[in-house]
Amino acid sequence: MDDRKRDLLLRSIIERNPIALLVLGICSALAVTSQMTTAFVMFICVTLVVAFSSLTISIVRYQIPNSVRIGIQITVIATLVILVDQFLKAFYFDLSKQLSIYVGLIITNCIVMGRAEGFAMSNPPVNSFLDGIGNGLGYGFVLMFVAFIRELFGSGSLFGWEIFQLTTNGGWYERNGFLLLPVSAFFLIAILIWFLRTIDPVQQEKA
Amino acid sequence: MAHYFDIIFRSLFIENLPLSFFLGMCTFLAISKKVKSAVGLGAAVLVLMLITVPINNLLLNKVLKAGALAWAGQPNIDLTFLGLLTYIGIIAAIVQILEMVLDRFIPALYNTLGIFLPLLTVNCAILGGTLFMVERDLAFGESVAYGFGAGGGFFLAVVLLAGIREKLEYADPPAGLHGLGVTFISAGLIALAFMGLAGF
Repeated sequence: MDDRKRDLLLRSIIERNPIALLVLGICSALAVTSQMTTAFVMFICVTLVVAFSSLTISIVRYQIPNSVRIGIQITVIATLVILVDQFLKAFYFDLSKQLSIYVGLIITNCIVMGRAEGFAMSNPPVNSFLDGIGNGLGYGFVLMFVAFIRELFGSGSLFGWEIFQLTTNGGWYERNGFLLLPVSAFFLIAILIWFLRTIDPVQQEKA
Repeated sequence: MAHYFDIIFRSLFIENLPLSFFLGMCTFLAISKKVKSAVGLGAAVLVLMLITVPINNLLLNKVLKAGALAWAGQPNIDLTFLGLLTYIGIIAAIVQILEMVLDRFIPALYNTLGIFLPLLTVNCAILGGTLFMVERDLAFGESVAYGFGAGGGFFLAVVLLAGIREKLEYADPPAGLHGLGVTFISAGLIALAFMGLAGF
């Protein structure tokens, strides 16, 4: 794997994180992070969709007329999302109920559209595929970070396994109910952005 | 009547799309720097939701649902798996039509809403409204009320956030929090305030 390819795969995790730097795809990032399991499934779904939509669009990029490109991109993305959604419904019905509408909303996740329009339309298939996976990883990184804190301190568990024994079970840990509220995700992401921008000041916005 | 009022109130305050479901976040954060443009965006979302949610509701009940095609003599067809693709298609088409109609007949309104409309095709709040309508299995009348409430909720939230961000221009947060970070925290505080309406 040459440098360019490795760079495509890894740069989106910290340097060009789609959520923290580019403010894309936040909707689902906040909503599914109260448990590690849902966050992880969402991460896998988004990575698959973004990687394969970039690959598909990149393969047909010379055949797409410029005036209808958005429509074609959405059709490709929506088809992939339907596949993912049907798969979850068929094999992991409980998870699909928990994620409720957020799987469908991958269609309008700006990361997917953004990579299709901004990268796949002007780059060869393999690079687009790697870039898609890279962006999925960047998205997953933020998702897993937020979900880790919310589940560990909010419910005392990780992936549903008990880590801190709760007082309700005769243990010592009083769970922090605030972290289970959707609102807490706003603050956690703000802190993450603060952290990323402190270690990499280039990302800071000018006053 | 009270039932419809209940749906509107719920979607407007308690189940506010951006603040409690985080839908439409990208536009919510990107276009809330000035109150004036926030009002334009909010109005565009409201109009679009009011049109797309009921139309998608009709589409679901008359074409896609299992047995819905009975009126065309095809009672055994179930097209629900095509849902996502058709909803987004309908939304994109309505955005396009609305843009042309406004441009032709109400240029003043087009100038305020026009630039936001194309953005809204890929806004999660619009698609989210439709998907919630599907998930809750609303009837036609309810879906009109829901579209109005959900769109109004977005309007309310984005204008509130813009008001706060205009004042934040004069604040002096740590360098790393400047811009996006502080906006997230303000949005979180607004969401906390809204939770009071749900009775926590």
